This record gives sequence, structure tokens and C-alpha cells, in this order.
Amino acid sequence: MTASEATVGRRAARQAAKRRRARRGQAIAAVSSVIVIGGLATLALTSPGWPNVRDTFFSWSAFKDSFPDILSAFWIDVKLFMVVEVAVLILGLVVALIRTSRAPALFPLRLLAAVFVDFFRGVPVILLIYLVGFGIPALELSGLPSDPLVLGGIALTLSYSAYVGEVYRAGIGSIHRGQRDAALAIGLTEGQALRHVIVPQAVRRVGPPLLNDFIALQKDVALVAILGVVEAFRQAQIIASSTFEYTPLLAAALLYLCVTVPLARILDRMGWGGRAQP
Amino acid sequence: MSPPVLEARGVTKSFGDLEVLSGIDLQVAEHQAVAIIGASGSGKSTLLRCIDLLVEIDDGDVFLDGQVITDPSVDPVSVRRRLALVFQAYNLFPHLTAQQNIVLGDRYAHGATKEEAAERARRLLDRFGLAGRENEHPEDLSGGQQQRVAIARAFAGRPRAMLLDEVTSALDPELVGEVLEAIRDLKHEGVTMLIATHEMSFAREVADLVGFLHEGRIIELGPPDQVLVDPERPETKRFLRRLLEAGRI
Repeated sequence: MTASEATVGRRAARQAAKRRRARRGQAIAAVSSVIVIGGLATLALTSPGWPNVRDTFFSWSAFKDSFPDILSAFWIDVKLFMVVEVAVLILGLVVALIRTSRAPALFPLRLLAAVFVDFFRGVPVILLIYLVGFGIPALELSGLPSDPLVLGGIALTLSYSAYVGEVYRAGIGSIHRGQRDAALAIGLTEGQALRHVIVPQAVRRVGPPLLNDFIALQKDVALVAILGVVEAFRQAQIIASSTFEYTPLLAAALLYLCVTVPLARILDRMGWGGRAQP
Repeated sequence: MSPPVLEARGVTKSFGDLEVLSGIDLQVAEHQAVAIIGASGSGKSTLLRCIDLLVEIDDGDVFLDGQVITDPSVDPVSVRRRLALVFQAYNLFPHLTAQQNIVLGDRYAHGATKEEAAERARRLLDRFGLAGRENEHPEDLSGGQQQRVAIARAFAGRPRAMLLDEVTSALDPELVGEVLEAIRDLKHEGVTMLIATHEMSFAREVADLVGFLHEGRIIELGPPDQVLVDPERPETKRFLRRLLEAGRI
């Protein structure tokens, strides 16, 4: 046997071994999935309360009856999400730019921005919605909004701008100093350097954490229900309390998932979600 | 006689307790190329950054075309628009294409129209051997190509003088030649240059004057054939001998 024949033989053996390992891995994954999922399902299905849960949470007829109303209410969530998101992207950037500025004249603004972030990031969103939603109309000043949807949107904008502002700020801080040097060296002003060199790079870099915050916001819009806005969650609650059926709540949950899961997949697809394995 | 394009008088700069520049006196006349050599950390980069007003000096003065530029009343932006600095690490803008890197300063610092700036950028890329690479981003270019884009970007502002900071130090040896070729080209055109460098053979070829920066001062300054071949100061001799032993000449 020549040396090259021996090499070919080993190559075939190695490939066979690799296939065996892959098959064994798949088998183990399949068996453990059956055991874990089957075990959990058995636990639920054999629990004493299961027949009750099945009737109140998984009723197909209740789902069919309630779904159209919940879907139309869900558009309020989607619209609110989109408007608030745009406002957050702008206000967050403004907060970040103020906080990263260095001009002495901007000191009062910097202080204000720091307090803004500390306060709105530090207060629970649900509490903030209460405070804005009931506090602003109580001032009885003309010209201030009184629509609970608008007030809820303002509260969400304030809270998420504080988060997103910090995300932007981290992005701006992560751009290498050499970029600012180069921008100034070609004769740009500090403002032009920010606008054309620093901010475009920072925004690209913070895409993943921004999208992560979008997903959180898409769920938190449901909190405006506490001001009486009839959006998907509130609509489901109304139906549930009149029929003693909880299936509508499940229908609402499904709708939120319909938006958040694709967003999460976009995040993965962009290579931003970290390595995920099914 | 017209004043030198660049002049430093008694420039000092400290970082904390560390005095990097202890009184630099230097002149660069029109069309002249002056090379500054010296050990790593001797302050060559700091000197160039001080002249481009990226770093504020402690004492002394820098003049551009006879006018002081280190006075607090002088707008640093207007000074930087008349100078150009090329960095060791290129510092290209990674989110912009080669052409956009060059266009940016021309449009926003020098008020060129979009078309003018684009046309000038294309000509410069062509001139430095980068025709056809206009729309590539820095990450798709080799180090030598990136540095040539950076030189084109700096030159696009039609500077009175170019400051070159160790522009070949970050390059693989086989890429050094193409960047030096670009600088040789600028020298032929009569561009005034102040060059911080490790490339002794290049300093000898391109520079009209070579200065040796040692312990914060330029302790020897003269034509390359004198400073690099038959230096007067023992410190310069020692520095050159060490480079020779390291195979760097």
C-alpha cells in the first residue's frame, strides 16, 4: 500500500466517523426533546385543573368570536408603537448629543439631560403612565393634551428616550478618537464632525441594542390600557370579564408575538442577536 | 523674502509631568520637505498634532505663512483648513466609500459643490493609482490603498503644507513602496511637507532637511547627507547605529 492510498483510506474513515457523530448528536437531541416536552405536556394535561384551563384558555369558538375585535384594537397598539418609536429615536439622540457635548455654555442643558435620564429611567413605566396620564389633565391648563392615548404615548416616549439616549451615548463613546481627529484635520467643525462622521457610525453600531429596545416598547404600549385606552390587551380583558373566558387574552398575546418575533428574527438575521441555535 | 510656510518657535508641550516637547524651533520653507526622525515616543507625532491644533501647546508659538496660529483668538478650524495631516493608522471614515472620504472635507470645509468635489476626488484617486476603487469602503482596501486614499483626502483640501505622521509605520513591508511613491509624487509637485518618519532611506531621498528629535528638542538639523550619514551629535550617531543594527536602514 502506498502512502497516498493510506491517506485516502483515513480520509474516508474520518468522514464516516464525522457522520456517525452527527447522527448520534441528532438522536440525542430528539430523545431529550421528547422527554422534556412530553414530560411538561403530561404534567399539564394530567393536572387536576386541566379540563377547566382547557375550556377557559383554549376555546376555539371563543377565540373566533373575540379575535376580530381584538385585532382592530391591536391597530391602536401598532400605531402608538410607530409614533412613539420615531419620537424616541429623535428625542433619545438629542439627549445623547447634549450629554456628550463639551461646550461650557451647554452645561445647564447637560445637567438637565442627566437629570432627565436618571428620572425617567428610574421610575417604573407603569407609574410614569399614571403620573402623566392623570397628572397633566389635572393641571387644567388649556392647550395641554387630554387624550389618554396621547398622554400614554408621551409617558412612553419619555421613559424610552432615557434608555435609548444612553444607548446612543454608548455608541458615540465607542467611536475611536482617531475618527474625530481625522474629521477635524480635514477642516470640519466639531458639529460637522458629529453630523457626518461620529453619529452615522455610532447609530450603525448600536443597531442591535436599539432594536432590542423596540421589541420591549412594542410590548409596553399595552400599558396605556391603565388610562382607559381600549387597545388589544384592554379589549381582551373586557371580553374576558363579560364571558368569563380567558381565551381572548391568549389571542391578544398571539398578536403581540406576531410583531415581536419577526423583529427578533430580523435582529438574529443581522447577526446582532448573538449566536442562537434552535 | 517671504516667510517660511511653517515655523515653530520654542514650542513646549507636557502631558502631566511628562515633558514631551521642550522647546522646538523649526522652519519649513515653501516647496521644502523636512523630515523629523527620532525614537518612538520622542514626540514626533505630538509635534505634528500641535501644529495642526489637535493638541494645545503649553508655550511658544507656531506660525503659518508668517501669521501666528497658536494664539487663543485664532479659530482652529480655519487653520486646519489650510493644513493637512495624514495619520499613521489612516483613520479613514469606515462608513464612507473611498470617494466619499475625499469629498467630505472638500464639500463641507472648503465649500466645493458636490460635482466639483466628486470630480476632484476621482482625479486624485486616479493619480494615486486607485482608479476604479471609488466606491469601495476602506475595509475592502489593503493598508497601502487605504493610506493612499488618506493622502488623497488630505491633499483634496489644497493645503499650504502637509503633515505626514509615520504614514508607512502601520503597513506591511511590501506595501510601503506604493505609499512612498505617492509622497514622492507630491514632492515633485513642490508640496510643502513636514514628515515624521522611520524610513531613513526615504527621508534621505525626499527630504531637503532632516531634523533629529531627541528629548524634546531638535538637536541636529541639516541636509540628509549630513545628518543621516555623518552626524555631528553623539546622540544622533547612537540612534542611527541602533537602526542599522536592527536592519532598519
